[in-house]
Amino acid sequence: MLRLQPFELVQPESIGEVLQLLSTHAEHVRIISGGTDLVPNLKLGSIKGDVLVSLQRVDELKNLKEADTQLVIGAGVSLHTIATSKLVQGTVPVLADAVGKIASPQIRNMGTLGGNLCLDTRCRYINQSEFIRSSFGGCLKSDGDRCHVVPGGSLCVAALSSDSVPVLIALGADVDIIGPEGERTIPVEELYTKDGVAHIALSSDEVVVRARVPIPAAQTRITYRKWAVRKSIDFPLVSVAVRIDHIKGSPDILEDGRVVVGVLGPQPKILRLSSLQGQPINEEMAHKVAGIVSRRCTPLANVPYSEDYRKLRLAVEVKRAIRSLFI
Amino acid sequence: MKIDFTLNGEQREIDVTPMSRLLDVLRCDFELTGSKEGCGEGECGACTVFVDGKAVNSCLIPVAQMQGREVRTVESLASNEMLSDVQQALIKFGGTQCGICTPGIAMMASAALEAEPNASRARMRELMAGNLCRCTGYQLIIDAVISAAEARRRHG
Repeated sequence: MLRLQPFELVQPESIGEVLQLLSTHAEHVRIISGGTDLVPNLKLGSIKGDVLVSLQRVDELKNLKEADTQLVIGAGVSLHTIATSKLVQGTVPVLADAVGKIASPQIRNMGTLGGNLCLDTRCRYINQSEFIRSSFGGCLKSDGDRCHVVPGGSLCVAALSSDSVPVLIALGADVDIIGPEGERTIPVEELYTKDGVAHIALSSDEVVVRARVPIPAAQTRITYRKWAVRKSIDFPLVSVAVRIDHIKGSPDILEDGRVVVGVLGPQPKILRLSSLQGQPINEEMAHKVAGIVSRRCTPLANVPYSEDYRKLRLAVEVKRAIRSLFI
Repeated sequence: MKIDFTLNGEQREIDVTPMSRLLDVLRCDFELTGSKEGCGEGECGACTVFVDGKAVNSCLIPVAQMQGREVRTVESLASNEMLSDVQQALIKFGGTQCGICTPGIAMMASAALEAEPNASRARMRELMAGNLCRCTGYQLIIDAVISAAEARRRHG
């Protein structure tokens, strides 16, 4: 059985205290909230942390409210709350749906939006015990210098397996980040880098404090599809959010759209559908979009199931997503 | 470090190392061995307990986070030597075999019946989707939970 390595846990009650602790401990500090992703990774030793700063008592992170045309969701709001909130279901149902597909009821009770945004990247060469990792000499993300997924590759390609992120990007959501210099706001997609070792584009003294989700207009339709081996308690192996905006007054003609594909690498891939503007939203479009996605997306051997199967599956999920958006 | 929290209705204080998990403290320090460690990474649900009324995986919780919280374990389901309706239904329907998952199942089923007493069979399967059982094939577990729900409705 794997044991947790010793660490110190501190439980600040305000964002100010959190920032202070993060800058004091700098190198060996980790943020913990629900702990559902961090604790297993600490046990595997794929993440190391001497000091854990817990966000559980920071009440200012737990607000969920509607403000003008946005839904503002604090980083500390639980996944269960988002999935079952009447406010979220009524204004951005696709987000409630996607978050409701994360892991299990227990994990959704514990896990938070901030944790799902900052989920560590996953790879079959990383999510292993230290003993197994040492048998192949580690990798770019764990005590080694090679990538086993892309031989010769210099950037880690571990996959972002968040269910909420593709949907938030499709919705055009932003995140607010706080650091010693104050607050800044960036689009969700800019939170991720191309490097699976340091895939969150934050410095160690910054924290995601909330997401700002635009409430979709009447001519916007969005859906999320997840394929995993089990229907529950599983990370997605294929995930895709599809957004279609129709021309006002012509619900079957495309104005704009985008497809956001997860689990390829550390960054979600965003494909814009502006080249299909003016075309009817029908079966032919479903095939065209699936073709575009297939050409531009390359699943890697970083997560289970063959790359070929996941590529075919992705095209199928894209078609099904678009069909579900027909009026 | 010292922490105090409510455990099955009683105020308890204990000296812990911060990296102990709630599950370890329940089993080793309080000798409440009902909660089981199956996978140790939040997949199987055998360690399910309630923290502030919510079902969670106690194997994923550094115990230091429990300061001031209210924890309930499977040992609290029975009262006065009488098993709860959910526990009795699990026995009656054969919803338990080897027994490792059963404490977690009993806890999650109790939470599910509280949260959604009128859940359909399909919905109940979703509510119970965080608990793995390698023996029963789930059918008899769901039969038991649905029957407990019906009995609660009959008796108000």
